[in-house]
Amino acid sequence: MVKNVDNPLDFEGFTCPLPLRDYPQIVMGHGSGGRMSADLVRHLFVPLFDNAALNRLDDQAVLEMQLDGGRLAFTTDSFVVRPLFFPGGDIGKLAVHGTVNDLAVSGARPLYLSAGFILEEGLPMDDLCRVAASMAGAAHEAGVQIVTGDTKVVDRGHGDGVYINTSGVGVVPPGVDVAAQNARPGDVVIVSGTLGDHGVAVMSVREGLRFDAAVVSDTAPLHGLVAAMLAAGPDIHAMRDPTRGGLAASLNEIAAASGVGVLLDERAIPVRPPVRAACEMLGLDPLYVANEGKLVAFVPPGSADAVLDAMRAHPLGAEAAIIGQAVAAHPGIVAARTGIGGSRVVDMPLGVLLPRIC
Amino acid sequence: MKYLDEYRDESAVRAVLDEIHRVTTRPWVIMEVCGGQTHSIIRSGLDRLLPDAITLVHGPGCPVCVTPLELIDKAIAIAARPEVIFASYGDMLRVPGSGKDLFAVKSEGADVRVVYSPLDALTIARANPEKVVVFFGVGFETTAPANGMAVYQAHKQSIDNFAMLVSHVTVPPAMMAILSSPTNRVQGFLAAGHVNTVMGFAEYEPIAARFKVPIVVTGFEPLDIANGILMAVRQLEESRHEVENAYARSVRREGNAAAQAIIREVFEPCDRAWRGIGVIPMSGYRLREPYARYDAERRFAGVSAISAEESGVCISGLVLQGVKRPDECPAFGTLCTPQRPLGATMVSSEGACAAYYKYGRYMDDAGAPV
Repeated sequence: MVKNVDNPLDFEGFTCPLPLRDYPQIVMGHGSGGRMSADLVRHLFVPLFDNAALNRLDDQAVLEMQLDGGRLAFTTDSFVVRPLFFPGGDIGKLAVHGTVNDLAVSGARPLYLSAGFILEEGLPMDDLCRVAASMAGAAHEAGVQIVTGDTKVVDRGHGDGVYINTSGVGVVPPGVDVAAQNARPGDVVIVSGTLGDHGVAVMSVREGLRFDAAVVSDTAPLHGLVAAMLAAGPDIHAMRDPTRGGLAASLNEIAAASGVGVLLDERAIPVRPPVRAACEMLGLDPLYVANEGKLVAFVPPGSADAVLDAMRAHPLGAEAAIIGQAVAAHPGIVAARTGIGGSRVVDMPLGVLLPRIC
Repeated sequence: MKYLDEYRDESAVRAVLDEIHRVTTRPWVIMEVCGGQTHSIIRSGLDRLLPDAITLVHGPGCPVCVTPLELIDKAIAIAARPEVIFASYGDMLRVPGSGKDLFAVKSEGADVRVVYSPLDALTIARANPEKVVVFFGVGFETTAPANGMAVYQAHKQSIDNFAMLVSHVTVPPAMMAILSSPTNRVQGFLAAGHVNTVMGFAEYEPIAARFKVPIVVTGFEPLDIANGILMAVRQLEESRHEVENAYARSVRREGNAAAQAIIREVFEPCDRAWRGIGVIPMSGYRLREPYARYDAERRFAGVSAISAEESGVCISGLVLQGVKRPDECPAFGTLCTPQRPLGATMVSSEGACAAYYKYGRYMDDAGAPV
């Protein structure tokens, strides 16, 4: 939802402009580089993404950037999700939030994104309009501009409607040094909210596996939350946004990069009851399920309370919780104290999550 | 979450563990039959909270683990055929055959789909009349009713482009095979509560009597398993050998009559090979003659000639019988990992080796990570 009253475009009510309406579906010509490609850019993407750098329609965006002693952060991510629209979001929102969040967890303020589209012949034009409008809304909300892009079309049957790649740049302010290898024994491990919502929301509407779960994707831009955290504790050591692979993958990455162990208290990890129920049903572990609007932070003990308070005062961190700590023992290994007082290793996930037989 | 949190409550589990410590006076070896129980035990760390005198060994109750190599090879051969849509439960896709797994066949262009119910495979068959949809019918008595229902419905609705590659196995013959083995060291069983939900437990009474072993029907949550262990230890300490029910909220002695009826209608007992163990007499199900035209091995006659040999290093057979622990295998964690499994117990998330690898590595005997 775009709440900014100054925003002239109604992204959610956006309808397909002429002359694109002549083509109710994407055809090969939309990727030809000729007039049809140009129409798609001029009549769909430019009005929605609308900014000076993009509107020049050059082969590149030329950007004014003031680093002021800060450092440039640069990232890229590709988005393939089925179905394209799911409870709480769509591929367009994900494509903006995913790259914004990859920048944000370095402490960077995200500034500019690129957007590359691979469209499947036959994709309804209305679906593309909805996805692009959703991207525009998400970018507007996150305060970033989509300044350059590309569109290709592949034969019907060779894609899932639309794939999106976004790259992004942002500026890390001077003095901020948040990196996966910076975690230290004693650090307090904090998550910004409940885990597994996105993965379960997408699974709940996936073909062949529909179930009625009152769960929506948590997709959200995290840079505002990160800024509030850094204001409260500029010495935050490490952050990750646990997307694919879930919290387990992010913690294993940080443990390996920093050479610390991680000891979790399983009972302190927040998971919504319907997410837990869905995971029980499918034989999945919420620690391995994807999130799109959560982060995990390693914070020195002296700053932990201030950072936690700042997180809880932010709408995207209201359910933030301390879930464990970094330890000198078992470097590179993530372990958990279990609900019944036992202990276990929380390993790196292997491949795709496979529901168990029984 | 209701019906789960109560069974994962630390103080409740602690109280049962205290009682187990109190009643245990001698060493006992108890096998949990089902892979789901193995996972719950390792994931919760329950095994590390038991008295040293109690040894838990992990039984053969993982359908993915015990499906013979040769059947995986047959599945792969069938899935590779251009006219076939091959439907399977998800965790069968990663089980290596002699050369590759179903994921690899899929990447080579085969139409391999994960389904969550065999009836979904039937729906795919209806939607694709020009294809033959083959469902990989694996599992214990737990999945047999649903798999049987899919065949029954195909028959009733005359859906002829549907077939099932059947590799069903049953628990009681495997328990008897383990107890009859000269290397057996199992003194008591936690029976697989889901299997008993379907089959009841009357058929376990002659086994308890003949082999003089306590059998406790047990659920899957930490408190369920702790209760099952307590009841088994009490029997062992008191020299009793009965079938007791520690999972009464789900299991009745007579089981689920409707589910048993569909099994009897569609399947009949047959000898079956278990991966790592060998052929156990009358330990499986095959389709009865009136349903034989849905048997994928008959439909694709060429595949019945496929045979395969297991890795020589892997000790999964001994692990499945409870003779060895996964970490006693020379290949464990080195030559054999979930990424490159030598044997099926490392493949399935329910397999004992995978459970040890995933949750148990780096832990010392006191349960602290090392």
